Amino acid sequence: MGATMIEKIISNNVGKEAKAGDIVTVSVDRVMIHDIFIPFVAEKFEEMGFTELWDPDKVVLIYDHLIPASQVDDTRHFNAGNAFAQKYGMKHVHRSDGICHQLMTEAGYVKPGNIVFGTDSHTTTYGCVGAFSSGIGYTEMASILGTGTMWVKVPETIKVSIHGRLPENVMSKDIILKLIGDLGADGATYQALEFCGDTVEQMSVASRMTMANMAIEAGAKCALFMPDEKTAEYCEMTLTDKERSLRADEDAAYVRKITYQAEELVPVLACPSQVDNIKPVKELAKTEIDQVFIGSCTNGRLEDLMAAAEVLKGKKVAPFVKLIVTPASRSIYRQAAANGTLAILAEAGAMITHPGCGLCCGRAGGILTDGERVVATNNRNFLGRMGTSKVEIFLASPKTAAACAVAGKITEA
Amino acid sequence: MDSLKGNVWLLGDDIDTDIIIPTEYLALKTVDDMKPYAFSPLRPELAEKIKEGDILVAGKNFGCGSSREQAPEIIKALGIKCVIAKSFARIFFRNSINNGLLLIEQDSLCDQVEEGDEITVAIGDYISHKGKTYPIVPLPDNLLEIINAGGLVNAMRRRNGLV
Repeated sequence: MGATMIEKIISNNVGKEAKAGDIVTVSVDRVMIHDIFIPFVAEKFEEMGFTELWDPDKVVLIYDHLIPASQVDDTRHFNAGNAFAQKYGMKHVHRSDGICHQLMTEAGYVKPGNIVFGTDSHTTTYGCVGAFSSGIGYTEMASILGTGTMWVKVPETIKVSIHGRLPENVMSKDIILKLIGDLGADGATYQALEFCGDTVEQMSVASRMTMANMAIEAGAKCALFMPDEKTAEYCEMTLTDKERSLRADEDAAYVRKITYQAEELVPVLACPSQVDNIKPVKELAKTEIDQVFIGSCTNGRLEDLMAAAEVLKGKKVAPFVKLIVTPASRSIYRQAAANGTLAILAEAGAMITHPGCGLCCGRAGGILTDGERVVATNNRNFLGRMGTSKVEIFLASPKTAAACAVAGKITEA
Repeated sequence: MDSLKGNVWLLGDDIDTDIIIPTEYLALKTVDDMKPYAFSPLRPELAEKIKEGDILVAGKNFGCGSSREQAPEIIKALGIKCVIAKSFARIFFRNSINNGLLLIEQDSLCDQVEEGDEITVAIGDYISHKGKTYPIVPLPDNLLEIINAGGLVNAMRRRNGLV
């Protein structure tokens, strides 16, 4: 019996064959801690009795949820982070560069075949370059900081194949939303999602990131895309035999196989208040909206902003709609400024905010109230996430979101 | 084998971590400060009503969503002795074990029990409710070791020679 991609990555790491169901202890290649949890990680680390990091070079600290501070208490997190970084000799600290999941791959911290853990559920994102990455809590992070190791159960894998060419108004966001709807919010719990097929091969790494990012919304432990030339270019590296050998074997064992034909896919929305409540945009057409949010670690990349700009070019946001655009990182912000994308968005009436998590986690930058509706490109539409519990959140692709902003109601791009 | 007896609070499917503790309260200083806001988007009265020794019973995918560890910590701080659900989300499951909160996967109790009912849990063995018993599968040994140590912090303190 051959091996799946996750079985190969974990086998390489532990130096012996690891099959789905085995419990093994892996050596961790990199960890990410963000501002919300650093005070708790620091406290647990010292409570556990550790006096040094297992490898300061492998630890990355990123301020994104709370930056810039919107409440006085937020500053406590930056102070705790700065003190911890200084005390234990950490060099990789990003204080205002963008969202953690964007930076981890953008700044080159994650490479194909790596095993990475982060204190955020959307750590599954790094599967876009073929890394096994997953979210954990702060106590477990503290124990990795001291030991460099973590126990994992090797997950079973669901193979998702996508073939053909996507329609013009369908983005990778629509594919992952469709998949979450088909699997259900717990349909891949404890399991890995392995994406393949020519649609995926044609996709940019940025589009793959959107899909890997949302794997957790079906409960998955991780998502994996086979590293290829696009990955190599994105990671500024040359693929070796080691990375090429990560491809799943023909006779690998899968718990389930799902196939989509790209031409049959349509723009969809995740409707309130479950990420798996998926409906075609057309079914909800003409529903009036109050706000649109384009950004987040799911869809705040250059290609997302450019896709929105293409829809918004020469048009105006509807009079009663607030359009908030939040680039995922400083680098993306600069590129979008340089190539004219931000100018198009601003001209259309968008409010462009600083890079960071922004509205996605409901901390700042566009909180809504009872009875309001928002179309948003992020990853969660949970009750109360962007304001009161009577806000209706619809998740969509950047193209759909931009079209909705112009129409003032739900519509296809 | 140890056993627990308590009254049930009943919740549905897909109870996410934003319901257990909304992000806006995560920067409060302590879990005790956050405690009054537990479950507030769904059941604002719940945090005040839960008593020491009560048991939470829920449907599938309990704890889905973010990695916030305050979710199991708050449930424990409210006095909940264990959570019984049809299934748990992965990160919540690990976080609960690491904080010494007992979780039990049981797929039929949730549909039979009513809020306020008394149930008895024989840990690793069965749950009893109104004269009927529901079997449960014990946790693997490596997880029981962490729970028995009182959570991952204590397990690491032991490793580092502090206890």
